[in-house]
Amino acid sequence: MWVVPTIPPALYLMLSGILFTIGVIGVLTRRNAIVVFISIELMLNAVNLTFITFSRFLQSIDGVIFAFFVMAVAAAEAAVGLAIFVMLYRSKETINVDEVNLLKW
Amino acid sequence: MLEYMWLIPLFPFIGFLINGLLGRRLGKGVVSVVGPSAIGLSFLTSILIFFELINKPSTERIFEKVLFDWIVSGSFQTVIGYQIDPLSILMALVVTGVSFFIHIYSVGYMHDDPGFTRFFTYLNLFVFMMLNLILANNFLLMFVGWEGVGLCSYLLIGFWYEKDSAANAGKKAFIVNRVGDFGFILGMFLIFINLGTLDFTDAFGSANKLDTATATAIALLLFVGACGKSAQIPLYVWLPDAMEGPTPVSSLIHAATMVTAGVYMVARCNVLYNMAPIAMAVVAIVGVATAIFTASIGFCQYDIKKILAYSTISQLGYMFVAVGVGAYAAGIFHLMTHAFFKGLLFLGAGSVMHAMSGELDIRKMGALRKKIPITFATFFIATLAIAGVPGLSGFFSKDEILWMAFSSGRGHFLIWLVAAVAAGMTAFYMFRALFMTFFGESRVDHHVAHHIHESPKVMTIPLMVLAVLSIVGGYVGIPHVLGGANHIHEFLAPVVGGTAEPVKAQAMFSLISEAWAAGGGSGDHSAALELFLMAVSVVIALIGIGIAYFLYLKNPGLPKMLAEKWSGLYRLVSNKYYVDELYQVLFVNSLKKFGTGLWKGFDEFVIDGTVNGIAYFIGWLSGVMRKMQTGLVQNYAFSIVLGGLILAVYYIMRAFL
Repeated sequence: MWVVPTIPPALYLMLSGILFTIGVIGVLTRRNAIVVFISIELMLNAVNLTFITFSRFLQSIDGVIFAFFVMAVAAAEAAVGLAIFVMLYRSKETINVDEVNLLKW
Repeated sequence: MLEYMWLIPLFPFIGFLINGLLGRRLGKGVVSVVGPSAIGLSFLTSILIFFELINKPSTERIFEKVLFDWIVSGSFQTVIGYQIDPLSILMALVVTGVSFFIHIYSVGYMHDDPGFTRFFTYLNLFVFMMLNLILANNFLLMFVGWEGVGLCSYLLIGFWYEKDSAANAGKKAFIVNRVGDFGFILGMFLIFINLGTLDFTDAFGSANKLDTATATAIALLLFVGACGKSAQIPLYVWLPDAMEGPTPVSSLIHAATMVTAGVYMVARCNVLYNMAPIAMAVVAIVGVATAIFTASIGFCQYDIKKILAYSTISQLGYMFVAVGVGAYAAGIFHLMTHAFFKGLLFLGAGSVMHAMSGELDIRKMGALRKKIPITFATFFIATLAIAGVPGLSGFFSKDEILWMAFSSGRGHFLIWLVAAVAAGMTAFYMFRALFMTFFGESRVDHHVAHHIHESPKVMTIPLMVLAVLSIVGGYVGIPHVLGGANHIHEFLAPVVGGTAEPVKAQAMFSLISEAWAAGGGSGDHSAALELFLMAVSVVIALIGIGIAYFLYLKNPGLPKMLAEKWSGLYRLVSNKYYVDELYQVLFVNSLKKFGTGLWKGFDEFVIDGTVNGIAYFIGWLSGVMRKMQTGLVQNYAFSIVLGGLILAVYYIMRAFL
């Protein structure tokens, strides 16, 4: 039998944590709205990875179902978000988040 | 018919609603029918109930009807319920009867007033409230009536509100009454705390549980209320000013009915007062002091309505003497006869004013008797009655009070003496007013003189009816000593108890004259004494009349000379002993100062300062805080991350520590 080496769950979780952190840094630092958006997607997928990991190691289907939900939400979000960016660009000629600060004191 | 006694207050209420809500649309004609007839119907109902009651044996003459629950809150329960007994039905008869005639009179008197509808609305509301006061079967409903009549009094005193003096007089009446009402409320609280009920039957039934101190406190507090409503010292000051109102109002509210509410209340609470001898002594002393004090003010007044007002206060003093010495029936009897003759006097004064184009000053009248004969005749009868001339109603009731003040166990020779002197003074100033108005030479302004005319029938007929009542009203209470049966005493006995025994009479008698008794031809000493005192008071009254005749008809120049001779005293009395000024300084000004202090110091500085300060602080704080709202999405995201980090650190630290 070909033996698959067992990768310990801690590694999966660490990967997930790294991906999530990269996403957070991207959201906080990048100025282009689309890059910010991609970073958010990265964070969502990091979370998905955590769900799947636990689903696998706890022998429970719940995590998988949650991952599907997250994907569905992410897809919907992408549709709405990109539409907003298009409109934003039409009115302000930029999708730079620094310059879109109308909602303030 | 007894079952339907709630109709008595209902009719005036319906009248009030019709006049108040629809009166303007219906017009004067309808209002002048609805107003009096509402009262007439309730008068009729009262008469029917009275006759039904009188046909029952005297022990079964108390009838209560509870209409519905009013307040039910824990152990506190009150109902809207009415009680018919000899006392309340007698009061109801007097109130509805006199009101009815005064309503009719008002149709004539107020005919050209633009506030005609409003006037009848208030008047009907007043009668409704007065009937609630009288017929209530518990203290709280009585208090509603008590306040209600106070409200109507205020509205009607200030009826011509565009006049400053009238508006102020209304306010004064209301505020002075409030002082009294405060006492009444406290009295009710004490009754409820100690007896757990405000129902008359229950409260008086269990009153023997009270100790003397509590009973005295309750009785005195209730008497404070009575002082306010019935204008006794020290709260009498509002009543003379109340004459700013239309004359029928003075007649109905400020002479015949409302102001007697205090006397009625004391008589109603006779169980409590009987338990508190000190309180009764206070009532009697305040009564007699008021009687003589205000009678003396009447000497130097020239405004015909003011004279009558002081006379009213003085007569109310008599009623309080009666109830204060335990002669409740005598007090109620005087209340009734007073309602007739004083109501008549005021209506007569109104008729004089009507003839004189609104003139009130008796110095500008004189020799009116030929020109307005009906007014003169009726006014003359009423004056005779109030002066206590034998044969008229005032004589019987006043004499009974004097006799009881002397002979009752709670009475005293001094009370009798002062009251008898006050009776003489009453005779004097009333005849002074009569002589100056109707006799002597005419001092009328000629512009007014050729307008003088007798009032229309709608006004003179009530005068005549009340004149008849002023004469015969006393015959229900002819004392035994004059061979009468004193029906009114027997009738009221189930409520107020029988006549107090003349315990002192025997002892005092020897002081007067032993020989006189023999001459009196009566074996019964107290009867002889009663006759003797009666003769004394008649003589005093005649002396009063004689002096008035001498000063104001025989020597019309003399009063002026006397006034100049004792100018200090004259000024003191004609300025009403400066009581109003004293109150102004003592209470009004200091309260105003106190109020201004509170307004500027507490309200504006502390309260407004706190509220505005908090608002300014919050405003400043939000000014600072809103800078956080940068509009940059990444700042918000950063704070979310920061929050998440703090939470994570917190949980990790907690796990390790």
